[in-house]
Amino acid sequence: MSALLEVEGLEVFYGASQALFGVDLQVREGTAVALMGRNGMGKTTTIHAVCRMLPIRRGAVRFRARDITALPSFRAARLGIGLVPEGRRCFPNLTVTENLIAAARPGLWTLARVHDLFPRLQERAGQHAATLSGGEQQMLAIGRALMTNPRLLILDEATEGLAPVIRREIWAAVGRLKAEGLSILLVDKTLSEILPLADDCVVLERGRTVWTGPAAGLTDEVAGRYLGL
Amino acid sequence: MDERRRELTINAVLALGLLAAPLVALAVDEPFYVTLATRVTLLALAGVGLNLALGLGGMVSFGHAAYFGLGGYVAGILAHHAFNGTPVLLGLPGTDQMIVIWVVAMVLAGLLAAVIGALSLRTSGIFFIMITLAFAQMLYYFMLSWPAYGGEDGLPIFLRNGIPGLDTMRPWDMFVISYGVLLAALALFAMLRGARFGAALMAIRQNPDRAAAVGIAPFGVKLAAFAASGMITGLAGALMADLNGFVSPAMMAWQTSGELIVICILGGVGRLFGPVAGAAILVGFETVFGGLTQHWQLFLGLVLLLVVLFARGGLIGLIAGRQRHG
Repeated sequence: MSALLEVEGLEVFYGASQALFGVDLQVREGTAVALMGRNGMGKTTTIHAVCRMLPIRRGAVRFRARDITALPSFRAARLGIGLVPEGRRCFPNLTVTENLIAAARPGLWTLARVHDLFPRLQERAGQHAATLSGGEQQMLAIGRALMTNPRLLILDEATEGLAPVIRREIWAAVGRLKAEGLSILLVDKTLSEILPLADDCVVLERGRTVWTGPAAGLTDEVAGRYLGL
Repeated sequence: MDERRRELTINAVLALGLLAAPLVALAVDEPFYVTLATRVTLLALAGVGLNLALGLGGMVSFGHAAYFGLGGYVAGILAHHAFNGTPVLLGLPGTDQMIVIWVVAMVLAGLLAAVIGALSLRTSGIFFIMITLAFAQMLYYFMLSWPAYGGEDGLPIFLRNGIPGLDTMRPWDMFVISYGVLLAALALFAMLRGARFGAALMAIRQNPDRAAAVGIAPFGVKLAAFAASGMITGLAGALMADLNGFVSPAMMAWQTSGELIVICILGGVGRLFGPVAGAAILVGFETVFGGLTQHWQLFLGLVLLLVVLFARGGLIGLIAGRQRHG
């Protein structure tokens, strides 16, 4: 199967300090990959570099067989990278519908289909995003990313700080998306929740890829050494 | 959605009030007030243009007088050449047809706004304000020193330009034309605000990086909005020159840019009918207090101060409640 996203030897700096020292990862078409690692190991930095929100010093990012290393972020998004950022980051003063249509690009995902996935968003259509609960904001952030009609959905800590019942709802929706054939890159710390969804795992340690393999092959030893479990 | 209903009510009151004012004036045979209502209408139209950039896009343009004045000069120059029977440029004749003038004014103002926007939208905050001001002042001094069209003295429009089927010399007809154009501009504004374009523009205002991450090109969207904004304000300028029968560099001066911003702030930045309310307040103060003292702007300044301090949503925000928090 061809790789939808290929990251090779990624090195990223914040000013003078280096954050990534060589991250490699691949997401094959139609699969879900879990990007794991303890806090501060470079997961979000990797994702922001992939989404072209951070400059890349060395290494390459290829998406749909195209080098996107130097592309501005809106072009990466238009190519089909849909980001659900950490902490939701909706547009607080826009209504739910405005949040969704602002990102809309032609394709299978429409307002109606997002409402079908998250009926709650239809109920809250005219409300400002700032007035939504955390779980609803997360649904909105996912819906907004879907409205861009992505080929790859990136979820950064999608269920952080949410109640267990909401987490289950979110993961069920993500599972539905995967079943429909959407490629997904997951970043999360809750192994038990993302492992059932993930086909492959990539583990980061101090800005480097230290372990890559099928999710089923993630041994207790690896989890213990790199994830502190 | 109580706030929404209240805003719709005040919008309807403003729209009907603006229409009723000249009718009452005609009924009591005071045509001056018809022209005054037309002035409110055209300032509101110019404000609707600025509101697109300022209200939806958060682009504080302190140079919208450039597009207003350019529209005015398009009306003046085309009418001047039509009157004299001389070509404007490269053998092209002038015209006294309003619709042709509007199209030319909108195209040229849109182009000017696109050029100025392309250069100034790379900055933000105070720098953006100053650059837009600088461009407008350049144009102002250019018109001031260009003798071909009156320079400092301005250019009179001896015969008001016409529209087939209407007598534009009659105050009521001129009002109806302006009012119709204003309603069309308001409809366009409402449509843009409700469409993807408007949502994207508001998203960029809130957070350009976040907007880019969902595929919105911040620069392109802002530039398109800025150009559209200039077009509407340019159209208002063309009509205003016809109303006054006169165009001068004063239309391009920074005070005019300031007035347009004041109109938006008084009425409610980003509100559909904000500029209508703002223009009514401005012209109201000018008329009432201007008759009492030369320093009527002092009163306007006090009201502006009160609005900025206590009613950030302008008049419409005060009545309808804060629609957008933050």
